[in-house]
Amino acid sequence: MKRIARSTLQTAINLVFFAVLGTAILASTFFMTHDAIVKSEEGEKLKLIMQIVPPELFDNDIIQDKLNIPANEQLGTEDVTVAYRARLKGEPSAVVLESVAPDGYSGKIALILAVRANGELAGVRVVAHKETPGLGDYIELPKSPWIKGFDGKSLEVYKDADWKVKKDGGQFDHMAGATITPRAVVKAVHKALIYFGENRDKLFAPSEAKKEKQS
Amino acid sequence: MTLQEYKDIFHNGVWKQNTGIVQLLGMCPLLAVSSTVVNGVSLGLATAVVMALSGAAVAPIRSYVPNEIRIPVFILIIAVLVTVVQYLMNAYMYGLYVVLGIFIPLIVTNCIVLARVEAFASKNTALPSALDGFAMGLGLTAVLAVLGAMRELVGKGTLFSGIDLALGDAAKDLVLHVIPNYKGFLIAILPPGAFIGLGCLIAGKNWLNLRAQQKARSKPAATSIAGTEVAQG
Repeated sequence: MKRIARSTLQTAINLVFFAVLGTAILASTFFMTHDAIVKSEEGEKLKLIMQIVPPELFDNDIIQDKLNIPANEQLGTEDVTVAYRARLKGEPSAVVLESVAPDGYSGKIALILAVRANGELAGVRVVAHKETPGLGDYIELPKSPWIKGFDGKSLEVYKDADWKVKKDGGQFDHMAGATITPRAVVKAVHKALIYFGENRDKLFAPSEAKKEKQS
Repeated sequence: MTLQEYKDIFHNGVWKQNTGIVQLLGMCPLLAVSSTVVNGVSLGLATAVVMALSGAAVAPIRSYVPNEIRIPVFILIIAVLVTVVQYLMNAYMYGLYVVLGIFIPLIVTNCIVLARVEAFASKNTALPSALDGFAMGLGLTAVLAVLGAMRELVGKGTLFSGIDLALGDAAKDLVLHVIPNYKGFLIAILPPGAFIGLGCLIAGKNWLNLRAQQKARSKPAATSIAGTEVAQG
């Protein structure tokens, strides 16, 4: 009996030893790479933002000027997303929003869009999608310039009825055989613009970090 | 261990017991990330590094680990190593990390890693174990590279697309547009293309094996004709 207890204890200690060792290695790697990971993630995000926000529109540290937006039906988001604010000489010039089109051909299409302070779209990009390669994927910029069709559009340029693909009587191009995908994207962008119009002041309010500093 | 034995281990891993086309282990990443050369080679090398490290890590401690708990301990070690590789890729090769996505953590569940640790590293010293793991990983990388090249060439008409994700923006010019103005052949990029391509590779490997066997057989056949005829019958 004693021998069984002893060998069980030994086995347990053995397992604990390796678990602790593994955790120690993981923890030290995590702390060693943490800064580099944050940096490369921010760099990637900045690259994406620079694609849709022209550099002459902002002089602030756009990555740090962020605002958490709770899950919102108009944006199609089911989780908290981050909005980045572009400012020029302290004046708000554009905001970068995340939006999700829930009704793509094969699931959700994640978008990022930049809206100028006057409600005009500075640019839209697809961040992630599962549309059919070679058919519905022309919403990606490397595949086709289609997504640039949103540049400069606003709720004033196009009335509500125009925010549809041409097949449905709207103003946006689509490719034959793949209408569901652009229909979903156009709808999502339209809804995001409405959201912007309704929440403009909230979106450009100074970030909380800044408020703390001021107080 | 002699040099010849090391050579055998290497030959075994890369060719004779190739994970991709002989043992047919670890099919999930093989089929999922082989849509281009760069993706395939990157995941293959990540797997090779993990396998070499886990071989080297398990071999020295094999006599201290009780037999009953060796599998959990091995898996623990492999999981730690994979996570370390994942952190490093996330930090220093971010673009590639995003492309390979879920398949980096999934290296843990790739049965070939545990299989080699269990079958080889738990019975040998550190250096041969590391070599065995690395050779097996290289074999997998080679299959992923060939399969990736086939699918990319047929599907997109390019080679090495996305190489800038692995080597930085300066490498963008290395992308070869083998067939200009190619419209693309969708099925090669989609999962069925991976199965068809892998089938062709296995068939090719079996054909080479058969040919080598026949060559080997025809030599002694000159001395003992009767014996071979019985064997063939």
